[in-house]
Amino acid sequence: MYPSRFSYEAPSTVAEAVAMLAAADGEAKILAGGQSLIPMMKLRFAAPAMIVDINGIGGLDYHRADPDGTYRIGALCRHADLEKSAALADVQPTIAAAAPVVADPLVRTRGTLVGSVCHADPQGDWASVMVSLEGAIVAQGPDGRRSIQVADLIDGPFQTVLAPDEIATEAVVPAPRGTRAGGYLKLERRVGDFATVGVAVSVEMSGGSVARAGIGLTGVGPATINASDAAAALVGTALDADAVDAAAQLAAEAAQPRSDHRGSADYKRHVVATFVRRIGAQIQRSEQEAA
Amino acid sequence: MALDEIKIGGLGASRRRVEDNRFIRGKGNYIDDIALPGMLHMEILRSPLAHARIRSIDVSAAWAIPGVRMVLTGDMLAARNLAWMPTLSYDTQAVLATDKVRFQGQEVACVVADDPYIAKDGCEAIVVDYEPLPPIVNPTQATAPGAPLIRDDKTGQDSNVVFDWEVGDREGTDRAFAQADVVSAIEMHYPRSHPSPIETCGSIADFNRATSKLTVYMTTQAPHIIRAAVALVAELPEHMIRIVSPDLGGGFGNKVPVYPGYVVSILASILLECPVKWIEDKSGNLISTGFGRDIYLKGEMALRNDGRILGVRMHTDSDHGAFFSDAQPSKFKIGLMHSAFSCYDIPAAHLTAQGVYTNKAPGGVAYRCSFRVTEAMYFQERMVQAAAADLGMDQAEFRRINLVRDDDFPHRTPWGFLTDSGQYGKCLDLGLEAIGYEDFLRQKEEARQRGRLLGIGISTMTEPLGAGNSREYDILGIKMFDSAELKVHMTGKALLRTGAKTQGQGHETTWAQIVAHELGIPAEDVLVEEGDTDTAPFGMGTYASRSTPVAGAAVAMVSRKIRAKARQIAAHLLEVSEEDVEWELGRFSVRGAPDRGVTIQECAIAAYSNMPDGMEPGLENNAYYDPPNLTWPFACYIATVEVDPETGVWDVLRVVAVDDCGVRINPMIVEGQIMGGLTEAYAMANMQFITFDEDGNCIGSNYMDYLLPTAWETPGFELHEVVTPCPHHPIGAKGIGECATVGGPAAFVNAVIDAIGDSGVRNIDMPLLPDRVYEAITGGHDISGAPPVKTE
Repeated sequence: MYPSRFSYEAPSTVAEAVAMLAAADGEAKILAGGQSLIPMMKLRFAAPAMIVDINGIGGLDYHRADPDGTYRIGALCRHADLEKSAALADVQPTIAAAAPVVADPLVRTRGTLVGSVCHADPQGDWASVMVSLEGAIVAQGPDGRRSIQVADLIDGPFQTVLAPDEIATEAVVPAPRGTRAGGYLKLERRVGDFATVGVAVSVEMSGGSVARAGIGLTGVGPATINASDAAAALVGTALDADAVDAAAQLAAEAAQPRSDHRGSADYKRHVVATFVRRIGAQIQRSEQEAA
Repeated sequence: MALDEIKIGGLGASRRRVEDNRFIRGKGNYIDDIALPGMLHMEILRSPLAHARIRSIDVSAAWAIPGVRMVLTGDMLAARNLAWMPTLSYDTQAVLATDKVRFQGQEVACVVADDPYIAKDGCEAIVVDYEPLPPIVNPTQATAPGAPLIRDDKTGQDSNVVFDWEVGDREGTDRAFAQADVVSAIEMHYPRSHPSPIETCGSIADFNRATSKLTVYMTTQAPHIIRAAVALVAELPEHMIRIVSPDLGGGFGNKVPVYPGYVVSILASILLECPVKWIEDKSGNLISTGFGRDIYLKGEMALRNDGRILGVRMHTDSDHGAFFSDAQPSKFKIGLMHSAFSCYDIPAAHLTAQGVYTNKAPGGVAYRCSFRVTEAMYFQERMVQAAAADLGMDQAEFRRINLVRDDDFPHRTPWGFLTDSGQYGKCLDLGLEAIGYEDFLRQKEEARQRGRLLGIGISTMTEPLGAGNSREYDILGIKMFDSAELKVHMTGKALLRTGAKTQGQGHETTWAQIVAHELGIPAEDVLVEEGDTDTAPFGMGTYASRSTPVAGAAVAMVSRKIRAKARQIAAHLLEVSEEDVEWELGRFSVRGAPDRGVTIQECAIAAYSNMPDGMEPGLENNAYYDPPNLTWPFACYIATVEVDPETGVWDVLRVVAVDDCGVRINPMIVEGQIMGGLTEAYAMANMQFITFDEDGNCIGSNYMDYLLPTAWETPGFELHEVVTPCPHHPIGAKGIGECATVGGPAAFVNAVIDAIGDSGVRNIDMPLLPDRVYEAITGGHDISGAPPVKTE
């Protein structure tokens, strides 16, 4: 497991990192948690000429809420930081549900949410979660900063619209229109296994009905799937069983799974529907308990 | 006063493992820890295709890379008659491919360079022109009319069949089936898996031109067999070959065969006259080295309505990959498959077996198993569950009716093995009591009313562990005995060496306990060394749970030789005749005057300073032990599960294990072996398999696809014991290292099948992935074969 030759840079500011990326002319990769990049380099599936290690850049390891409820997660915030955050479950239930089931404890200690989203692995958990939350990525390049919806960021397996000289510095979840509820369920053969199926459901409840909903699907298509029709079927409902059932069917239809050694396509669709129902029922239960 | 045996670390002491002291401090000495002056590094270029003719290999760009010292291809080896090597099963295996590649991952070329990065760069620079050929990935394809011939290198080989073999009484079995009230038939597949020790294979070959001596540090479970193989293959004099097997990071059967990397590193060292190191990477290990299992079964049982088994028929189709390199006794082509049903009293049985070549990695090693015993016992216990269901009989009761009774030993099995001891019924009853069998059946019924699926699976089995005896067991003609050499120093401290090779079993701890038991020398005063052919006595190595049954017996026997000599010295020191000397642990005393005595340590110093007239000085000896029979541990494993009918996901509720491995040398280590084995059993049932797509691409070439269970999902195990000493082993011990791997998988699968019993499903082949379980429940049909892999 010996990677190809590469040069290593460790900038101390985002601007410095952007300059290095620009100079590398598309041949550089950013190292944050490294939990996907390093194995790919060791297998020589990836052979970047330069590694830009951003771990020395200060002030990127945060996750916090703005006064208006907007939630920001810095590029060096580790999965484990989210997993261990006691306050997160109240304000970001979908993120809190996903954090403990990302990969395994070792990976969670190093890996980052922003890195995972930008890696754009169709089997990555965070992109589905962010899609369900209408989340965005803030990218900084030579010409300044821009915000990209995660649903628009990913344009294929392992492909994003980020320019080679752009760095994703944070993930942003917009403020909710009401009370947040949500969940993430994942079928895996073993802790640390890639998801056979992952389903993220996020809703914002206002006055007893759904003001906004999002459903993201992991591992059942060539890229993270934004099941927007399924989510739309929930809006305006009280999240009753019939509405959830309709959304579950639409989510299963939105999935584009293929048969592989993790399961058949039909089975994966069935699990998508089952998980949407289960998260819906979970939310219903906790709403009733709260009431 | 006799010594307290537990206090001196003798038999029955749960002594902490002495080897762990260095392992947990990071002070182990594994192959990759060894660095020799001037050492170069070798990497292997592997075939990306499963079956292809090699048109040409262009190595010029690799030679041009600075730091590349040598590029080796099959043609270079052929010029030295080394392109092919013998396997452990009287076949040949390509070292580096010359004519064709026959499986994905096959060794095509090697690059030796100043460091492993450059060596890897060199491999990438080699250009191989392949002409793809149709690949064969299962026995059905291999035997289909017009199937491409994989082994066209072999004169007279006109099909892909490796062997046809049979054992048992065909006519007698036919008669039994003619008398049957019910015939229970089932087909199943034991999928291919890989032993996957955490440490991969590797070697450092160091040929010294000045002394003509070849030293090879090598990850091997059987260093003496390797020495003989190197002498024969490389035509080097055996006394000038030293094989050193350092600390091993696991073996599980994977480190028994000879692999091309070893051979080429040796040749490279001879040609370059400097040490050459080869450390296999994880993918290389998973795709090219000895796999386990990959057998299809057609099984039938002849049953009487009262529950008695009248006869058994089995036919196996085994997939051996491109070269027949199973590690197994020479005369048994499908290993000890015919040890199936040894724990049951069965009048007649017949087994036929066909092995085939496919375009998959060779191997068929005994993955934590005595030569196909794992498959035998899995098939047995799945057949037994199906038979009980076909008779409408309780699965525990069906077993109780057919298990060999305590007063029936020695018992000759229908396929000729002699089982000699056990309390099978007691083990079963203890297991049922521990799991709360009747209570669980009630719970299961109540749960069923509420739409929940609970299930219970039982697996009872005895397995043959500890080959030989030498009459029946050999590898390439070398008889399967083993050895020990004990040197008691002047101060009563001792050095013990054996022909076995520990790889996690804890020999450094347990062998010393046997010496402590036999001689009263505290275990901490006994240093155990293994693995260096220049110092260790000749032995066949460690696999097939043979260490305690064979080498461990040799340790007891050499200790007894030492004790016999010490007795003569004691008589001399006590000035009495030998007949008047009595032994208690650690001390000789005068009969009738127990206060007059000498310790074993006093005898030791006398052996060097005050021996009787005419006695050869010193207190050293050796023993070669040829066991009279295999040892036959018995186990009863019971698992309970809950299946989620909506997703097919199943969770283990409880696992109860009752093991009877005779006398336990170190109970803690025995329990560790059982827990490790059960973990692997759970893994087999749930996730751990290697499969191939129709192009022969290996699915399972890394730890992202080939899943080993972690502490997170591995269930807890409740262990119980019964002790029936082995009647022929000097200390009454039986093998234990593999029982749970062998007997465990069926308990889990039986439990899941029991849980979904209402669906009418009789079999789901491992691994029981959720989608397969779900499909079985909803479709109401069996799920057979390896998981489907479609390339899209």
